[in-house]
Amino acid sequence: MNATAESYVTEDGRTIGAPVMEVKNITLKFGGVTAISNISFDIREGEIRAIIGPNGAGKSSMLNVINGFYHPQEGEIWFHGEKRKPMKPYQIAQQGIARTFQNIALFKGMSTLDNIMTGRFTHMKTNMLKQAIWKGPAEREESLNRDIVEHVIDFLEIQAIRKTPVGRLPYGLQKRVELGRALAAQPKLLLLDEPMAGMNVEEKEDMSRFILDVNDEFGTTIALIEHDMGVVMDISDRVVVLDYGKKIGDGTPDEVRNNQDVIDAYLGVAHD
Amino acid sequence: MSADFFYTVEVIINGLMTGVMYSLVALGFVLIFKASGVFNYAQGVMALFAAMTLVGIQTGQVPFAHLINTIFGTHLHKFGWEVPTLLAILLALGVMILFAFIVERYILKHLVNQDPIILFMATIGLAYFMEGFGDLMWGSEIKNLDVGLPQGGNIWLENATSDWADGFYGFYLDNLDMWATAIAVVLVASLIVFSNYTKTGRALRAVADDNQAALSVGISLRTIWVIVWSLAGFVALVAGIMWGAKSGVQFSLSLIALKALPVLMLGGFTSIPGAIVGGMIIGVGEKLFEFAVGPYIGGATENWFAYVLALLFLVFRPQGLFGEKIIERV
Repeated sequence: MNATAESYVTEDGRTIGAPVMEVKNITLKFGGVTAISNISFDIREGEIRAIIGPNGAGKSSMLNVINGFYHPQEGEIWFHGEKRKPMKPYQIAQQGIARTFQNIALFKGMSTLDNIMTGRFTHMKTNMLKQAIWKGPAEREESLNRDIVEHVIDFLEIQAIRKTPVGRLPYGLQKRVELGRALAAQPKLLLLDEPMAGMNVEEKEDMSRFILDVNDEFGTTIALIEHDMGVVMDISDRVVVLDYGKKIGDGTPDEVRNNQDVIDAYLGVAHD
Repeated sequence: MSADFFYTVEVIINGLMTGVMYSLVALGFVLIFKASGVFNYAQGVMALFAAMTLVGIQTGQVPFAHLINTIFGTHLHKFGWEVPTLLAILLALGVMILFAFIVERYILKHLVNQDPIILFMATIGLAYFMEGFGDLMWGSEIKNLDVGLPQGGNIWLENATSDWADGFYGFYLDNLDMWATAIAVVLVASLIVFSNYTKTGRALRAVADDNQAALSVGISLRTIWVIVWSLAGFVALVAGIMWGAKSGVQFSLSLIALKALPVLMLGGFTSIPGAIVGGMIIGVGEKLFEFAVGPYIGGATENWFAYVLALLFLVFRPQGLFGEKIIERV
């Protein structure tokens, strides 16, 4: 594991910086059930960091802790070198952490464009009165943010469905719109909860390409959870492996692949 | 064209305008239901409370005068000043916004993630509390509300149209109704524009759609709730002014909420335009029915016509005219 704070350059020429987020000794319990026990890892600036593990390993819980939906009983989260106080999810979003959900959480009655516009919420500052007057500051702010959203729409190649209510879109496209909403926030850290769950091979390839492009073009730091091992090993820089709420591996895809604990967790252990 | 034709037209126009008055009340329900899935039973009482507050401020009444007098043995009733109408309306709006904060802080905040039925029960409690609180604050006598809107029939229109047909004496339209219609149309248009093209409007729709997703993009649910209840308070104030000016500020004002129910069933609980169109259909329907059928079955059909119409709608189109279609994916 690279414990040093210095930045380094990857084989494909991207610069990976110092840790943006450090998760230290997190323990999360629901009543008597320990979902996560004493887990620590870091996420470096500009990297794609994967969290993998079998079902029930605590991956989604971990994401929900980072995102503020769950509050851990023990442990600390450091973001940009500062220890984070317990916060509400919307405050964490305001700090620049955006996310997508395992079971798509879009605003189904709203158009693709409106959905992605909500991603700009934290960047829009005019007050209610100015918005009610509309002309002037509110209108300027709206068109400024609209430009950014149009850029995201172009980037994700979803121009054709801009005005369609997202409830009517097929699953793969909904996933893409949700990614778009998170991207529109121009997040410092992007959390993706199973971005490829339930997709066919073609859709998975598209999504992998978008994730790599986002990271490459905007330098966005990404933490993702994924079941498909092939995809994870292909696109991520470093991988954390969880099993039954404990960390059993951490490192580059190659290191993790050869880790005996990880192999045991995924393939089972021979009892002899 | 015959006089009968013009009388029918007059009935239809009057029906439309009455319908808009119903819509004003229904609108308050829709705003809150859309954003939080809560049927706010207190909407009618909010309209009453807003109207009482407006009259109280306008005429310089001392709030809680009766209570103060009983405890301290004083004889306070009025401050002795009169507040200009516009300022009084703004102050009353301020009170309604304050009320929204209190509702969020002391009721909604503690009921997060509860079933809609629990929240509905809470609004029933709120309704009875406000009813009593309003009486305590401003007294329970019938009050006269005058905000300077013209009242009575429009004589100019009546004279101008009186010779259109034999036996027709011109259109009789109430000035206040016409004002109410104009105000309601402006109000609805601005609400629709606000909710479609502004950041806060989008946030309102977002929260209505998915709480968790809204949180994840940085929208604070509590702020949105305060905004929604403030908007509903504002709509209640407008409805309170119109109905109060029409028939006096008294307890029965809160019962107009019952008239809004069939409007909601027709228009759908989640649609702002639906509330307007639903109100108009009910207004025109009940007036025409009374005009055409009423005389043969003893009249007073306006009391029940709306509910029968709503019942028919429930059978054939339960989501209402504009409501979101109920689709269960299996």
